[in-house]
Order: sequence, then C-alpha cells, then structure tokens
Amino acid sequence: MADPMKIRAQMKGDTAEIRVLMSHAMETGQRKDNAGATVPAHFIQAITVDVGGKRVIQGQTSTSVSRNPVFGFKVKGAKVGDKVVIHWEDNKGDKRTDEAVIAA
Amino acid sequence: MDALRRTLLKGAGATGAIAAAMAAGVLKPSQVLAAEYNRAAFEAKDVAGALKNIGAGGATDNTGIVIKAPDIAENGAVVPVDVSSNIPNTVSLAVLVDKNPSPLSSAFDFANGALPEMALRLKMGQTSLVEVVAKTADGKFYKAKKEVKVTVGGCGG
Amino acid sequence: MKQRLSTLMVAAVMTASFAAHAQQPAKKAPPPAKAAAPAKKEGITAEFEKFREVLEEDNPAELFEAKGEDIWKNKKGPGGATMAQCDLGLGAGVVKGAYVQMPRWFADVGQVMDAERRIVHCMVKYLGYKEEDIRKQPFSNDQRTPDHVSVITYVAAQSRNLKIAAPQKHAKEIEAYRIGKEIFAYRAGPYDFSCATCHGDDGKRIRTQDLPNLRKPAEAVKAYQGWPGYRMTGGFMLTQQWRMNDCFRQQRFPEPTYLSDSITALLAYMTVTANGQVYKGPGIKR
Repeated sequence: MADPMKIRAQMKGDTAEIRVLMSHAMETGQRKDNAGATVPAHFIQAITVDVGGKRVIQGQTSTSVSRNPVFGFKVKGAKVGDKVVIHWEDNKGDKRTDEAVIAA
Repeated sequence: MDALRRTLLKGAGATGAIAAAMAAGVLKPSQVLAAEYNRAAFEAKDVAGALKNIGAGGATDNTGIVIKAPDIAENGAVVPVDVSSNIPNTVSLAVLVDKNPSPLSSAFDFANGALPEMALRLKMGQTSLVEVVAKTADGKFYKAKKEVKVTVGGCGG
Repeated sequence: MKQRLSTLMVAAVMTASFAAHAQQPAKKAPPPAKAAAPAKKEGITAEFEKFREVLEEDNPAELFEAKGEDIWKNKKGPGGATMAQCDLGLGAGVVKGAYVQMPRWFADVGQVMDAERRIVHCMVKYLGYKEEDIRKQPFSNDQRTPDHVSVITYVAAQSRNLKIAAPQKHAKEIEAYRIGKEIFAYRAGPYDFSCATCHGDDGKRIRTQDLPNLRKPAEAVKAYQGWPGYRMTGGFMLTQQWRMNDCFRQQRFPEPTYLSDSITALLAYMTVTANGQVYKGPGIKR
C-alpha cells in the first residue's frame, strides 16, 4: 500500500495554488542493486487533479521525474473550501488517492 | 466542450470514445489512465522520437514559454523546474530532458481554470537542455529550451 | 610534512583555499588561487541558494514526518504503551520544542542523551522495538528509511522556527559539551584530520559544497538544521548521528558505535554552539 500524499492548497487572489508531495521510489530500471541485479523500473505514470468535482489536470510521467515527486499547479476560479482530489497510478498498478480542502 | 478533449495526451494512444467518456465523467480515472499511457512517446530514446509521438514534430520556437530552472543544479537527482506558457489558449505542457535515456519526463493537460503552469523536479543524468513543449487549443505546438548544468557532488553535505 | 600535505590534498579533493590553509602554520600569505576562488564560488553558491528556497518550500522530508507522526501518535507497544509516555525532557509526551533542547541530562537513565538516542530509547522501551535490530542498520539507505528516523524527523519538525536551547545546567551536560569540544579538535587517523580541519574556519568548501565553521553560532546552526535531512541523492532521510558517523568515516577514523557517548558529546558541542539561533529544519541536502 502506497504511503499518503501531502497536499497543500491555498488561495492566492483568485487562483488556488496546489502543491503535492508523493511518496514513490520512481525507479528508472537502469540502476543496479548491491548484488548487481537490475532494479526493475517502478514509477508513477499517470496523475489527475480534480478541484470542486471537476477534472482540471491530467498528466503522464516517466522515470525522469525525481524520487518522491513534488508537483505544483495553479487553478483559477477555485474557491476556499473546494475539495482537491489527487490520484496517481504507477506502472505496476499501485495507486493512491488523497484529498485536501482549499484554504484561505 | 471540455478542453481536456483536445489535449496532448490522447493524441497518440487514446480513442475518442475514452476521452469523451472521461469528459462526461463516465469512467473512473484509473480506467482512463491505464488505457492511455503514451508508451511510444515516453520510451522514445531521443527528442525527435518523443516529439513525434506527442504530435509535436512540427513545434516552432516561441518565447512565450517560460522555463525557470537553475543554470547549475546542485544535484542532478533533483532539479527544480517551473514551466509556464503565456501563449493564449495553451492546453498542454510537456517537459523533456534532451540527454536523458528517454527524454520525455512528463506531459500535462490543463482545463477548467487550471493555468498552463507547473512545478516539478527532474532527474538529469548530465548537463543537458531542458525542453518544454506547449500545445494550444487549436492544435498548434510551440517549444522553448534552457540549458541546465549538472555538477559533481561534494561530501555528505 | 610536505609529503603528508600532498597526500591529503589528493585524497580529499580539497579546494585550493583549503590546501592553503593547511600550510598556514608555515606561511600566512594566500596563493593567487585563493583570490580567484571567491568570485566563482559566490556565483555558484548564489545559484544554489536561489533554488534551495524552492527545494525547502516543498521538502519531501514531510513525507517521513507524516510517517513518524503516525508512529508517535498511533503505534502501540506491548501492553498498549505508546510514545505519549516518552519524556523528551519537557514532560511525558511533550514534543513541541523538545528537539532543540537536547542533548540533555535524563535522570531516569542517568545519561546525557541527544534526540536520536532518546527517541530510540523510548521506541525500545514503549513500542517494543529491539535495540539490536535498530543497531543492525541504524541509518537509512535508498531501500529503507527505518521507523526511528521517521520519528526523529517528526520530533524535529515540531521544533521548527523555535530557538535552539540545549541546556548547560547539569554537570554532565557541561561535561558532554567539553568532551565534544575536545573531540572536535582532536587530530588523528591516517590523514591526521580532525573535525576542525574541515569545520573549524571560515570559507572552506569541498567541490561546490560550502563547509560551515562549527565554532560560530550562525554557522553551527546550518549544520545542525541540515539533519535530519532529506538526501536528494537516493531520496531518503538521514540524521545527525549519521552525519557525525560519516564525518568520522571521511576522516578515515574507525566509525563510532551507533549512539555512542562521543557522538552525543559532539552533538552537545555543536548544539550548544548554535544556542539562540532559530531552527529551520528538517533539512534538504544534496
């Protein structure tokens, strides 16, 4: 079971600033472990962000994104109290959904 | 029409039916995402291949794309990058690291008020150009690039 | 002397300014390389610092902080004991501000303990962790960040923006500081190094990394708040105990036993030196 994300969402003027930290190894598939065996690729490959019930962002990622990924997004027209739902899935089918509420 | 229906990601892989279903809220995100991963673009070994597979082969240079990234990165494992587009009606952004084994790092679509801007952290194996592609709602592609130097480390810090 | 210096320079990949310093007893005048170095250094350091703020703003250390908080608040040991019974020096279960007030004397064990030592002690005592298991692999690697490291990260984060105030009241607290000060300057090993060789003067660095002068409060706090820190290379958390151990390794000293008195003493010296400075950790390091 994947560890929870940390989501921060705050209004700056009429725009919500959303920051998310994800707990993930983001293995490239090119690294070798101490025994010399290749560590298989394991990485988040899809992310969605919903605000106030609407899909605002969808994305796909590769192993070039750093371990324990950090993303920042901006959504205009969101309101204090709107729910932010972030979802990710990796190449092995692990997934995680977390939510936060937009703060003033 | 939902802007997400005109995006970068569905270009190569997805069928119109899935995109329409998503816009209508029929499918769970997991179903949509699994169906759509743009393997051809993300596994391309060079920039040209990656661009072609997101449909951006003909992207033209544009100064409306802003790339905030360090001139010299403290650590290639974590290079903070902030990219945005001032080009009107930008609906998607893709970030590439030219010299990585597979250059395409990420591609994001923006809709329903999301600004075409994102912050993320990249792995960079060596000094390289970071390239950003923007797609507008009318299906045109634009690009910009910035060099980031990757240094050799010191001690434990 | 000359022979030893050249070995030292090659082996440690020190900067020109460092080598110049090593010769200091003989000659005070710096070579031209030293005059040229600062301009370049400032450019790189300024560039690093600009993006350091971006990195610090969203520090993945928070992910480990959350894990540590969960263990601290929810994990139960044998008989239902929890970390709410753990006294970090400010009373049972009090976390806020505790981190920046250690090392301190703990009467229940009759020892001066640094934060890591105290937290491990409590996790063994209340949560049923086995000390020998923790000692087998006390530090994180890219496969695993041990539970106690996450708890340390949580406890440290509860002192963010508070002033460092390690006590110097009990005779043993004062003694720990004195011993730490002595170890800091103690030269030995195949390279005749001491902690002070790298961290006892201003303006030194290894490659692109600035080395804080740990004799000064404003510099000691930089090292102090770096750890526990998120290590960008590998993406895991490392603690002050690890940092101290690694300095010994880099000096080619035998590595100290985990949670040893000498490391607590060094931490007492560094923390007391940083007293009065505001703690901004947990850190994020290259």
